[in-house]
Amino acid sequence: MPVLVRIPTPLRRHTGGTADVYAKGKDVGELIDDLDRQFPGLRDRLVDETGELRRFINIYLNQEDVRFLQGKESLVKDGDEVSIVPAIAGGR
Amino acid sequence: MTFVRGLVCRECGRGVPQGPLHVCEHCFGPLEVDYDYAAIHRTLTRRRIETGPLSIWRYRDLLPLDGEPIVGRHVGMTPLVHARNLGEAWGLRELYLKNDAVCHPTWSFKDRVVSVAVSKARELGLDTVACASTGNLANSVAAHAAEAGLPAYVFVPTGLEPGKVLGTLVYGAVLLVVEGTYDDVNRLCSELADRRPWAFVNVNLRPYYAEGSKTVGYEIAEQLGWRAPAHVVVPCAGGALLTKIRKALGELRDLGLVEAAPTRMHAAQPAGCAPIVTMIREGRDALTPVRPDTIAKSLAIGNPADGYYAAAAVRESGGWAAHATDDEILEAMELLARTEGIFAETAGGVTLAATRKLVAEGRIGPDGPVVVCITGSGLKTVEPLEPRLPAPLRVGASLASVEAVLPELQPTTTR
Repeated sequence: MPVLVRIPTPLRRHTGGTADVYAKGKDVGELIDDLDRQFPGLRDRLVDETGELRRFINIYLNQEDVRFLQGKESLVKDGDEVSIVPAIAGGR
Repeated sequence: MTFVRGLVCRECGRGVPQGPLHVCEHCFGPLEVDYDYAAIHRTLTRRRIETGPLSIWRYRDLLPLDGEPIVGRHVGMTPLVHARNLGEAWGLRELYLKNDAVCHPTWSFKDRVVSVAVSKARELGLDTVACASTGNLANSVAAHAAEAGLPAYVFVPTGLEPGKVLGTLVYGAVLLVVEGTYDDVNRLCSELADRRPWAFVNVNLRPYYAEGSKTVGYEIAEQLGWRAPAHVVVPCAGGALLTKIRKALGELRDLGLVEAAPTRMHAAQPAGCAPIVTMIREGRDALTPVRPDTIAKSLAIGNPADGYYAAAAVRESGGWAAHATDDEILEAMELLARTEGIFAETAGGVTLAATRKLVAEGRIGPDGPVVVCITGSGLKTVEPLEPRLPAPLRVGASLASVEAVLPELQPTTTR
C-alpha cells in the first residue's frame, strides 16, 4: 500500500533530492522502516535511540499531527499522505 | 556595518552562512543568529544607544541586519507606563506596563519583528513576503510589505476577528483563510516555504525575525533608567517573545549596560490554550500540544514552536506561570482600561489576569520593578467584550433631555 511521503529540504540529500517519495507499511512506524530501507540513514534522522520521534520533527498524516493520533502506531492506508516537517523554533 | 557572523545551530553548534534558513541540516535544531559580541562590546555604549533614533533602530548593533533597515523606521520605543493605580491596589510600588498596543504602525509588538524580517528579506534577495499568523502578524506583514513595495501572502486560520482581517486587506496583501487552526496554518506554511522562494517571516526568516523581539527587553531596561526589572510577565503564543526578552536582558548585562540583577520571567497564557503554562506549573519535561479554545486568538497556538525554550527560560530565571479563563480575560481588559486608561487586546487581558494571580500566589512581590507586557490594541478584538458593556444611551439634543436622565447615570470606575 504505497503512501505519499513529503520530504523536507534538510532530508532530501538522503532521497537524491526528491521531495515526494512513496513508502509502504500498515502504520507510520512501518513507513519509516520502509523509507530507511529505500534511503539508508533516514530513520536515524527521524527517531532517536529509544525509537521516539525526535523533538524537532513533526509528522503529519493527512494534515493531522500524529501526536494527536497514535504516534508511530497511527494506521495508514492506500492514498494517504504523510508530511515530514521540521519544527519551527527560534533561538534562545 | 554588521556584527553578524552567520547562523549557528542552537542544539549542535554547527555554523552556516546567512540565508533564508531556520533548521539545522544536521540535527533539525533551530538556527539562531551568531553575533560578534566582543566587537559589539568594544562599540556599544549607553550613550551610543541614547543618541540613536527614537525607535528599535537605536539597538541596531544588536539586530541581525547587514545594512540599514528599509522599512519600519518608526517602530518601537513604546511607552513604559508607571501603573500607579493598579500598583497601589496590588501592593506593587513599581508596576509598569510596556504598552505595545500603540506600536507604530499596526498597534502590536509584531511591528518589531516584521520590520527586521522584511528588511532582511531584501538583504537576502527575496522579493515576496509571507507569513502564518493569528492576526497581529498578518497586519504587520501586510503593512511593511506595502512600505517595501513587495507583494505579501498572508495565511490565517478561520474565525479571526473582523478587525484583523480588514487590517490586513487594507494594505493590499493577498489574504488566505485556511480551514483549520493556527497550527494547521503553521504546518502548511512550513511546507510552502519548502517549495516557494518566498520570505516567510516566521518560518524561513525566523532566526532574524525573532531577534526583533529583543527590542522589548532593551527598551524596558533603558526606560527603567538602565535597570533590569525584577519581574517580567509575558504573554506566550509561540513562546519566542519571552525567550527573546530574557536574551535581551542577558545581553545588556554581559555588555555591562545594566547591573547584573536577576530578572524573573513569567509566562501568561489563556486557560483554553496553555501548553507552556501547564508544562511549567506541573513540572513536566515534555510539552503536550493542545487544541486551542479561547477568545485570546492571538495566543491560540496549541503547539508552540518555542515552547520548550520558553519553559526553560522561565525555570532558569526563577519565574513562574499562570493562565486566565475567558471571563478573567475580559474582566482584566476592563480593569486595565478603568484603572490605567489603556485598552489592550484579549492577550493583554490574559497577561494582566495572570499577573494578578502571580501576585496573589506570592510569585511576584514588591522586590523591584514589575513589567507587564501589553502586546496589542484592544480595538482589534472588540467582539468578545461587546456583550459585557452597557449600551450607550440615546438622548435628545436638548438640555432637558440630558438633565432628565443624568441623575440615574454613573460612570463605572474601580476607585
